[in-house]
Amino acid sequence: MDFIIQNVLNALQWGSFYALIALGYTLVYGVLRLINFAHGDIFMVGAYISFFLASFLIGPIVGLSPAMAFIIIVPLTMVLTSLVGVTLERIAYRPLRRKGAHRLYVVITALMCGLVLEYSNLALLGASRLKFPELIEKQIWHLGGVTLTNLKVMVIVAAILVFLFLQWVVTRTRVGMAMRAISYDKFAIPLMGIPVDQIIVVTFVLGSGFAGLAGLLFAMSYPVLEPFMGMLIGWKAFIAAVVGGIGDIKGAFVGGFLLGFIEVGVVSVFPSTYRDLFAFTILLLILWMKPSGLFGIPQSTKI
Amino acid sequence: MKKLKVLILLSLVALLATPALAADTIKIGFNIPMTGDIPEVGEGSKNAAEMYLADINGAGGLEVGGKKYMLEFIYMDNEAKADSAVKNAALKLIEQEEVVAIIGPNSSKQAVPGGGTANENRVPMISPWSTNPNTTLDRPWVFRAAFLDPFQGPVIADFAAKKFGAKTAAVLFDVANDYSVGLAEVFKAAWEAKGLGPVVAYESNGTKDQDFSAQLTTIIAAKPDFIFVPENYNQVALIIPQARDLGYKGPFMGSDSWGTPDLVKLCGEQCNGQYFSTHYAAAGATGATKVFIDRYMEKFGSEPADYAALTWDSIGLMLEGIKNAGMVDSNPRKMRKAIRDGLAAIKSFDGVTGSSKFNEQGDPIKCAVVVKVSEEGTFVFEESVCP
Repeated sequence: MDFIIQNVLNALQWGSFYALIALGYTLVYGVLRLINFAHGDIFMVGAYISFFLASFLIGPIVGLSPAMAFIIIVPLTMVLTSLVGVTLERIAYRPLRRKGAHRLYVVITALMCGLVLEYSNLALLGASRLKFPELIEKQIWHLGGVTLTNLKVMVIVAAILVFLFLQWVVTRTRVGMAMRAISYDKFAIPLMGIPVDQIIVVTFVLGSGFAGLAGLLFAMSYPVLEPFMGMLIGWKAFIAAVVGGIGDIKGAFVGGFLLGFIEVGVVSVFPSTYRDLFAFTILLLILWMKPSGLFGIPQSTKI
Repeated sequence: MKKLKVLILLSLVALLATPALAADTIKIGFNIPMTGDIPEVGEGSKNAAEMYLADINGAGGLEVGGKKYMLEFIYMDNEAKADSAVKNAALKLIEQEEVVAIIGPNSSKQAVPGGGTANENRVPMISPWSTNPNTTLDRPWVFRAAFLDPFQGPVIADFAAKKFGAKTAAVLFDVANDYSVGLAEVFKAAWEAKGLGPVVAYESNGTKDQDFSAQLTTIIAAKPDFIFVPENYNQVALIIPQARDLGYKGPFMGSDSWGTPDLVKLCGEQCNGQYFSTHYAAAGATGATKVFIDRYMEKFGSEPADYAALTWDSIGLMLEGIKNAGMVDSNPRKMRKAIRDGLAAIKSFDGVTGSSKFNEQGDPIKCAVVVKVSEEGTFVFEESVCP
């Protein structure tokens, strides 16, 4: 029994990261119908930004206590990472959109942007891995045979809060209404006086900001950073978003946790070689039965 | 007429290809991981090679058969990937650069396929760091400077039984890494042969994995006396803290892939107090080993890890082979054959990682050491085990 509860907790933590990244994919897709393949690498940039902030703030020049630094790093990382996302939108996606390029070209551009981020990081910082400093003092709680750390709880709570927040933004606010409207008809919407470009910028701010938060939490949980850390987890989170029904906030959240649970579940029973085989076979079956994903609605208003 | 043209073209190509080797330089290629999962290994190897190169060329070159030849080292990045070790590095070195010999790849993951390429193309190769038997097995053109896993596995099993008084063991290994899989199997067999108790958990993960909680939960539930982790240092740095978070309090045991300064940098205090087997220990070295370590530290500001020392010894072995060849032929094919025969003729070699004798497979028989990661995060010599 302890074994199962422990693995449920493991899966919740691992699924939280998939969910956090999948939310960013789905947000941008919902508005722009653009698969932002650079998203996993924006997550990586977020982790690196938080690394440099942490090293600077607890370093000899500023000398803050780690806990104090953490409080400052959270918003700062989110702001800086969202700037990276917005920059990508401005220099890569918007010009293409203005010229009326086909969506395929924008997706390819996104893939290239991701590679540019990865390899510029490799060129700038080298291949050596970085060690993320410990920001909050780790506490390990033993509840019967189950072990829990404060970090694990924080990650899971953060994923749930971000989901609730985004769900609220999209369904209950004016900005959210505008987002849904753009996704519904992007030609008629400007005629209604809705500033399309600004709404898109807001979408990127939200998506990238939470990718930055995911990067920070990931770096705290798995404190070894490398330029390609966002690639695989980004792809998998994208698949999770698709299975949940891309464009739907709830779908991304559920899809992320679903993938986390399947992966941890398979590894805890079978040899790890079967993990991706089983995980993606199950996801394939889900898509086979429901091609628009768990919560997706075929070809209508998404987000 | 057409035939003549082809002939002229061919001879032109031949002319263009040869001048690099014309007479007085000997070209040796390095197939090393400058980027990818283990960039520290590539850097350490290159540092050692540059130091050796400066020594030889500073003294006017290598004397072969009464004449001095300058050395030229060419470094190729294999990105720590098996396919890149073959395509990007080994084949490029052999076909484009026309090197007469190759040093590397280091890790068995690249050295097993890379050794196959060298053997098929009849180019002598020395892997400094590979411990998997398949690297040199039935490959007359491939040699190595490190001991083998069938020796390392029992060393680890014996040490853990004695030091921890362990009865049961668990293994976590990287299923996509030839080195890790091979060593895990050898260790399992060695542990079970001791008859103290079973290997209670035998779990695996992938190379790019960051979360090991599911495997570790299974391992911890089996209550082993220690966990053997034959993985690369970057994975070890994630595995040990995660195991502690899941409530494991017992010891870990590692293998020679742990032995980089980056282990301590990435892992922090959590890796202190653990043991691993390796090729040499920098602390407490004497003689030629100490001279090498001091010079390396002065030049690069850090202690040479085992792969740097083994690269140094591999170059030493290679030059010994070239000297044994007794001549330098401008035809790379003839030169490669001569070097291979020269290498095969070496019966014993004294290097900075100890002295070794060579068997008919081209494998050295040499001692291993067990090193402890001290509380200060340095590698301290614990004991030496000889075959």
